[in-house]
Amino acid sequence: MAIVAQTSRFSKIAWPVVAWIVGLIFFFPIFYMVMTSFKTDADAVNPEFLFSFTPTLENYANMTDNYDYWRFATNSIITSVFATLFALVVGVPCAYSMAFSPTRSTKDILMWMLSTKMLPAAAVLYPMTFLTKNVLGVFDTHFLVIVVLCLINLPIVVWMLFTYFKDIPKDIIEAGQMDGLNTWGEIKEILIPLAWGGIVSTALLTFIFCWNEAYWTVRLTTIDAATLSKLIEGNRAPEGLFFGRLSAVSTAAVGPIIVLGWFCQKQLVQGLTFGAVK
Amino acid sequence: MGSITLNKINKSFGDAEVIPPLDLTIEDGEFVVFVGPSGCGKSTLLRLIAGLEETSGGHVSIDGVDMTETSPAKRGLAMVFQSYALYPHMTVRKNIAFPMRMAKMPQAQQDAKIAAAATALNLTDYLDRKPGQLSGGQRQRVAIGRAIVREPAAFLFDEPLSNLDAALRVGMRLEIMELHAKLKTTMIYVTHDQVEAMTMADKIVVLRAGVIEQVGSPLELYHTPLNKFVAGFIGSPKMNQIEGPEAAKHGVTTIGIRPEHVSVSKTEGMWKGKVGVAEHLGSDTFIHVHDTGLMDMMTVRITGDIEVRHGDTIYLTPDMEKLHKFDAQGLRQA
Repeated sequence: MAIVAQTSRFSKIAWPVVAWIVGLIFFFPIFYMVMTSFKTDADAVNPEFLFSFTPTLENYANMTDNYDYWRFATNSIITSVFATLFALVVGVPCAYSMAFSPTRSTKDILMWMLSTKMLPAAAVLYPMTFLTKNVLGVFDTHFLVIVVLCLINLPIVVWMLFTYFKDIPKDIIEAGQMDGLNTWGEIKEILIPLAWGGIVSTALLTFIFCWNEAYWTVRLTTIDAATLSKLIEGNRAPEGLFFGRLSAVSTAAVGPIIVLGWFCQKQLVQGLTFGAVK
Repeated sequence: MGSITLNKINKSFGDAEVIPPLDLTIEDGEFVVFVGPSGCGKSTLLRLIAGLEETSGGHVSIDGVDMTETSPAKRGLAMVFQSYALYPHMTVRKNIAFPMRMAKMPQAQQDAKIAAAATALNLTDYLDRKPGQLSGGQRQRVAIGRAIVREPAAFLFDEPLSNLDAALRVGMRLEIMELHAKLKTTMIYVTHDQVEAMTMADKIVVLRAGVIEQVGSPLELYHTPLNKFVAGFIGSPKMNQIEGPEAAKHGVTTIGIRPEHVSVSKTEGMWKGKVGVAEHLGSDTFIHVHDTGLMDMMTVRITGDIEVRHGDTIYLTPDMEKLHKFDAQGLRQA
């Protein structure tokens, strides 16, 4: 008995300590980035000023004055919002039909959609660049970024929504049919209200994925449709690395999404665990 | 009005034929019960009528109009599900109002109907609650309320009482029968419980493996079952079915005698056996008799009480007037 009590007292203290250590290790790069953003470029690379330095807002001022941070931020918002919206507009009916009128090939289609995520993005880099630049002429447009972000997230959107919709009893949908609903009515009156939490989780996660996407946004834009990812990338300037500036830009790029994530923690956990936590 | 005609209707899932072509006519105002063991296709048949399942062939007509290709929403039928299938995100009031809202009925008319339904179903105090805050019986009453306000051509009930406990089940059974007496609307009721079928139906449809075994009033089915299956399925406890030499004496393969048509004596009678378990229900006693040499275990039902012990010798005499005779195919012989 005594041993059990001791073990539990030990674990009561030890586990939180371990958790804090692990947490701090993971958090450190972000902390370091935010700290560096308040240093001058010179201080940033000087070990002497690792923790003791004179904070400056110079990098942030520089960012808005010289780099037009707001244009990149606006582009990020526009592309992420619309890509998320379109992914839902396509994904909701798609997942709805797969959840409530499955056919023999539904499972295969779901697998196939997921398999598109297995293709390395780099494999289609050349055709994508060539087609958008030389054939379609949509290179560096919001339209292109929205379409690309929407398409690369669509498989995960459909999968997530499908999982949530599966939880809704079919009887309720059928009761709606008996009560006079057509397909659109079923989606509007029953499906969306009942799966609202799941749809919001999906939307948040998709938005975050879109916001953070860097591979395509960096390669398919130059100026007009360039997002914050491109801004960060752009600060690896030809003149070298300016850690202070880079950190400020990075902080300003991840800031909004971290704030969003903080407010929507509960929904996000539900989304990431596919509704397993309720 | 609500007469329903099924003409050569059939259903297959892939290669599996669940319901071979089937004909059935349901008159306006009838209370029809589909009964059969689980997997007999009774729910599928109901869903075919509702339009929730597509037919593989044949026609469904409601009031003489072919509705085979019509969507469930436009057939004018209301359905009550085993799981109640209430809209969990809406209050009781909104649940009941839902079909009227879909039909774009004026608000004043909706309110009047909700009030009437709530009074009839004892739901007035619960109108602003969500389904999750109600008991099973109350939920089922909401589901019935939602069906009533539509004034459908027919009500479809899919095992509506299966999720309720025994006491509530009897109460709800009576409520549904009262409702039918009052509304005089066609009702189709699916159940696997032959007691529900016997007590509620004007007409019982006995199904097995998608095939209609017999259609008739409860007493017709009880007195003149057309085959061994119906004989065994309708009536509780089950009819005793005796094969072999005893049946041959009557010139048939099987004879059937219901437990309540056998008299019991401790001294003399036609058949001799040993008492197994005796179930005393107070008003009745069921005695399970072994070693009769006729069948594994014979059940007899006697009115009132009788002093018998496990292992006692007992004599049984069937009422010859009430004997059922079946041929080698299991069909009734006159």
